[in-house]
This record gives sequence, C-alpha cells and structure tokens, in this order.
Amino acid sequence: MEIRSREQEAELAKQLMAGRPDAFDRFVDYFGSKIFHYSRMMCGHREDAEEVAQETLLKVFESAERLREPGNVKSWIFSIARNECLMKRRKSVFAPARELSLDEFLPVRSGDGEQVRLEIADWSALPDALALQSEMRAQLERSIQQLPETYKSVLLLRDVEGLSTEETAAILDVTGETVRTRLHRARLAVRKDLDEYLRAAGGKREDHGTASAQ
Amino acid sequence: MEPHRHNEKCREVFALLSQYLDVELPAEVCQQIETHIAGCGPCVEFTESLRKTVELCRQYSPAGPPAPIGEAARMRLLDAYKTMLEARQA
Repeated sequence: MEIRSREQEAELAKQLMAGRPDAFDRFVDYFGSKIFHYSRMMCGHREDAEEVAQETLLKVFESAERLREPGNVKSWIFSIARNECLMKRRKSVFAPARELSLDEFLPVRSGDGEQVRLEIADWSALPDALALQSEMRAQLERSIQQLPETYKSVLLLRDVEGLSTEETAAILDVTGETVRTRLHRARLAVRKDLDEYLRAAGGKREDHGTASAQ
Repeated sequence: MEPHRHNEKCREVFALLSQYLDVELPAEVCQQIETHIAGCGPCVEFTESLRKTVELCRQYSPAGPPAPIGEAARMRLLDAYKTMLEARQA
C-alpha cells in the first residue's frame, strides 16, 4: 500500500515496533527514500545523502524505544537526519549564511493608479497538477536547490514533507516565528525563480500558454 | 485611490501572504487581506502565483532511485532492528 498520509506513516511505525513481518522493509524503503532525497537537497552530494539515510535509520533502530508516540515518527526521524546532514556539511564553517529579504521579491509594477500591473508571468494558465510535466518539475527542483540552506530546510520540511510549523521549529531548533519568516521568503524566492522560467518559456513558445501577458 | 497608499497596503499583504495561504492568521486579519485583494488586481495575480508555487512544492516528489539502501547496509539495519525488538520483548 502506498503511504500518502501522516496517519499511514504512524501506522507503519506502529507495525514496525510490533515486529510485523514486512514492516521493516517498508519502513526502510519509505523513510530511507525520504531521508535520502531531503539529504541530497541539503548536502548536495549523492554519496553523503546515502550515508545520511543509512546512519539515520541505524540511529532510529538503535534508539527506537524513545519513540513513544508513533504520530511523531516523521518529525523524530527528520530531527536525526538534520543532525546527520549537519555533520556531513562540507562547506566552510566560515561561509556566511545568505539572508533573503522581503524587498528583493516584491514584483515589479508598471503603470499607475488603477492601471497598475505586475510584470509577472500569466500563472492562471498553469494547471495545479504538474506532476507529469517533467520540465517544470526539474525547474522546481533547481529553484529549491538554489535556496540558501536555512530557507531550503524550512521549505522542504513544511511544504514538501508536510510537517507543521511547530514540528519544523523543533527539528531545526528555531522558533515558530523564524520558521514562518523563512518559509515565506523561501516560497517567494521559488515563486520568483519559477516566474522567470515561465516568462522565458512563454517568450520562446507562444503556444505554451504561459507567456507574460504584460 | 491614491497609488502610494494602495502600494503600502499591497506591501502589508505581500508580507503576510504565506500565513494567509496557510490559514495561520487571526480571522480579522484574514478579512482585511481579503477585502484588499478583492479590489486589487495586482494582489489577486500575485496571490495566485504564490498559491500555485506552494501547491507545486506540496506535490513535489523528488525523482531518482527510490531505494538508496544497499544489501550490506540493509543487513546492518536489520541487525539493529532485531536487537531493538529483542530488547523490547525482554
């Protein structure tokens, strides 16, 4: 059965703790894959991400008695994975963290008074379900990938993994307010990046339906 | 409508848009935002583009091999798992 919800993740954790025969493989495949993809985005190296996935799962099994509440399994696993990622960090500790400011994402406006328009792509032409549009998917991955680390981790945990503000704050050891601030800026940065992509794509292909209308 | 004041309200909405989309704001603030957006074409357009961005991120599932755990690593994990189960049953 494909796991799609937090309830199903908790159920899998329950089955694992109860020693159900197929639970180990399903748990390793499901969470191993999630940790691997999160770590690959965070570390930027496939080999590091594979090691993080293995080390995280090992720590999970070695300290599983600490998992009292199966509903918390995902945030617990990502807390361990985040620490493993930090230990793998190859960047210089002296590299300054880049901060994103709100102002850099304010859209450019043209016209004045009632005639104000935004110089952005025509997003209304874009369907919500983009799962199969591989070009757009690849662009989204690039946009997320190039976020500064502190923003990327928040966006991956909140929007991609569906963890709550409070869970994300606990994993990253920051306040909920910091999570909200970083999430908003991360989304704005991704939006801006996708917007530039859509405008460029629309400019090249008129039948794409996503050309800037302005 | 004065363009400058209009701009200021747009900026306020712009700063709160993620919390608005996540339904994390008090009802009266949501109401104020909705009232502004209803009369502001640029904000409608921008809100829609951010909403779609969030939707895309939520749907995003990374490509690539789904099972990065090799056979040797899996055996090591299985040992740790069995030890954990034994400790629980003891």
